[in-house]
Amino acid sequence: MASRKLTSIALLVAVVVAVQVITQLTGTNYYLTQLTMTMYSCLLIVGLCLVMGYAGQISLGHAGFFAIGGYTSASLTTMNLLPAFENGSSCVTALNKMGLLVTRTSMFGEPLLTVHPWFACLLAIAITALIAFLIGIPVLKLKGHYLAMATLGFGIIIFRIVLAMEFFGEADGISDVPGFTLLPGLTVNGDMDNRVVNYYIAAAVLITGFILLLNLIDSRVGRALRGIHGAEDAADAMGIDTARYKLYTFVLSAVFAAVAGVLLTHYTGGISPSDAGVMKSVRYVAIVAIGGMASLWGALTMGGLLNFLSLRGLFGSYDDAVFGAILIIIMLFAPEGVLRLSIWSKIKPTKEAK
Amino acid sequence: MMSLELFSQYIFAGITYGIIYAIVAIGFNIIYNTTGIINFAQGEFVMLGGMAAISLNQFLPLPLAIVAAVLFTMLVGALIEIVFIRWLESPSVLRMIIITIGLSIIIREIALHVWGDTVRALPYFTGNVISSVTILGAAISPQVLWVLAVCSCIVVLLSLFFKFTPLGKEMQACASNRLAATLCGINAKNMVTFSFMLSAAIGAVAGCVVSPITSSQYDMGTGLAIKGFTVAVLGGLGNSMAAVAAGLLLGILEAFSVGVGFPLAFQDAISISILLIILFVRPHGLFGNKQAASLKEF
Repeated sequence: MASRKLTSIALLVAVVVAVQVITQLTGTNYYLTQLTMTMYSCLLIVGLCLVMGYAGQISLGHAGFFAIGGYTSASLTTMNLLPAFENGSSCVTALNKMGLLVTRTSMFGEPLLTVHPWFACLLAIAITALIAFLIGIPVLKLKGHYLAMATLGFGIIIFRIVLAMEFFGEADGISDVPGFTLLPGLTVNGDMDNRVVNYYIAAAVLITGFILLLNLIDSRVGRALRGIHGAEDAADAMGIDTARYKLYTFVLSAVFAAVAGVLLTHYTGGISPSDAGVMKSVRYVAIVAIGGMASLWGALTMGGLLNFLSLRGLFGSYDDAVFGAILIIIMLFAPEGVLRLSIWSKIKPTKEAK
Repeated sequence: MMSLELFSQYIFAGITYGIIYAIVAIGFNIIYNTTGIINFAQGEFVMLGGMAAISLNQFLPLPLAIVAAVLFTMLVGALIEIVFIRWLESPSVLRMIIITIGLSIIIREIALHVWGDTVRALPYFTGNVISSVTILGAAISPQVLWVLAVCSCIVVLLSLFFKFTPLGKEMQACASNRLAATLCGINAKNMVTFSFMLSAAIGAVAGCVVSPITSSQYDMGTGLAIKGFTVAVLGGLGNSMAAVAAGLLLGILEAFSVGVGFPLAFQDAISISILLIILFVRPHGLFGNKQAASLKEF
């Protein structure tokens, strides 16, 4: 089992490298931009897959967590604290002393004093985790329709807040978000000549997160989650603290969404209210469903494929409609996901051990 | 202190929106009672009714256009049930949620490609934008009276329908015990189709009468569906009379929140917060019975 997992991961890394080399050789490395964005979306999707497929809880509010992460980081790294600093605000001075602020110049050459991206990133993740925790306690007690509506309602509230508040740029969102220097030489930004580096940063983040989830579902926690999905009452009776496991996976997947939000925002240099929209959440759910709900590999491949095609503009103005149609068709004819259709087992003699 | 005129003005505004929410909630309840499904595409029926009537009104007189639009929406409701739901054997709740969400997206996108994203409205049934009637010191558009009259009629007719007609009784029977109803010779599957048609029809009627006041747009369905669901849960899922009371309550609350200077942009947040609170604290609704609710599967 362990060696098979290792081979699969090695294969994944090989594919990532191969794609980069091929684009380099064929001179089509403009694909890398969309691939990088796709990989950040995939990070959110595999996190959602843990909640939906393994813990069996639907969430129609994950774009909300993405937005909380992205908006927190974007607003902190673009908010100019220089006036407050010059006025001698004690709070700003203290932050500056701790080395949590950085000075840079804006596009127009004006000096800016903003929060350090690393601090903003960690704060964004912490805030998202806290909100997910607080929301999760009551929400995860709900089931079925009520759970769906409650998470949908949460997503809409986040959307309304970012749309209505001047601090978050209202309908325009936040732009001119600076790059995020992870380590010297490794900067998450949208520079053309930084494309390959960013591609590998995204791949590294995604694969790390993915391995984490793969190990999680093979552990005691993973078996407990599957127990909850199969029969919650039975799992409860076996002594599994179902409420706690559900909450932890919910918070973990929210953190995945927040990381994706932070990095994608720094990569594209901005975030807008549409990133928090209900349609985005529905799209993530659709991709997890297509991948087969309880299949991290399925979620990863389908997330990669569909996000990339959508970003390439293949579906044109029918983008949302395509996802809606896919959702219906999958749920009607292949509720186990396309990768588990009976056709595949005929082609491929070895049966996937679940 | 608020003057009496202003007070009644807000009350009327609240009642107008509230009764529309109640109609959407009743639409949810009708389908929920016969199938146990929450139809996430419920708001789309309201949008379809309004938009179809506006298009038909270009070459049909208004009353005919509305009747035709309602029939059209009923047809859509029936088609949805026959094509997507009828042949599924005991589907899981999660599966049904995802299918109806998918349907709502498809309907919305088709509406966008057919009608574009312009905001349209039906003409006022009587009078025009500036005509008004004075009641209790408040200046009320005659269309508000139309909304109140038509929606009240729907509520009364529906309760008569369920109490006194054979078809209504058969639907009630399916709602309370599907297997027993089938054993009595009721075709349960047809009842489900019929519940979708009925729910689509009342949604469409609501979409038509409210169109002159609130206008119609391709994406109005989601917001209405959320509010309708809030109202349905507030009253207790499945209970239509309680939904009317809950709808009026939410509508008036919203109207007064604007009255006391609450930012308009956060108006949706009010109803959603109410929804979340009621789900956490009293999931069986304000008027519901806790024991009865715990037996249902949500």
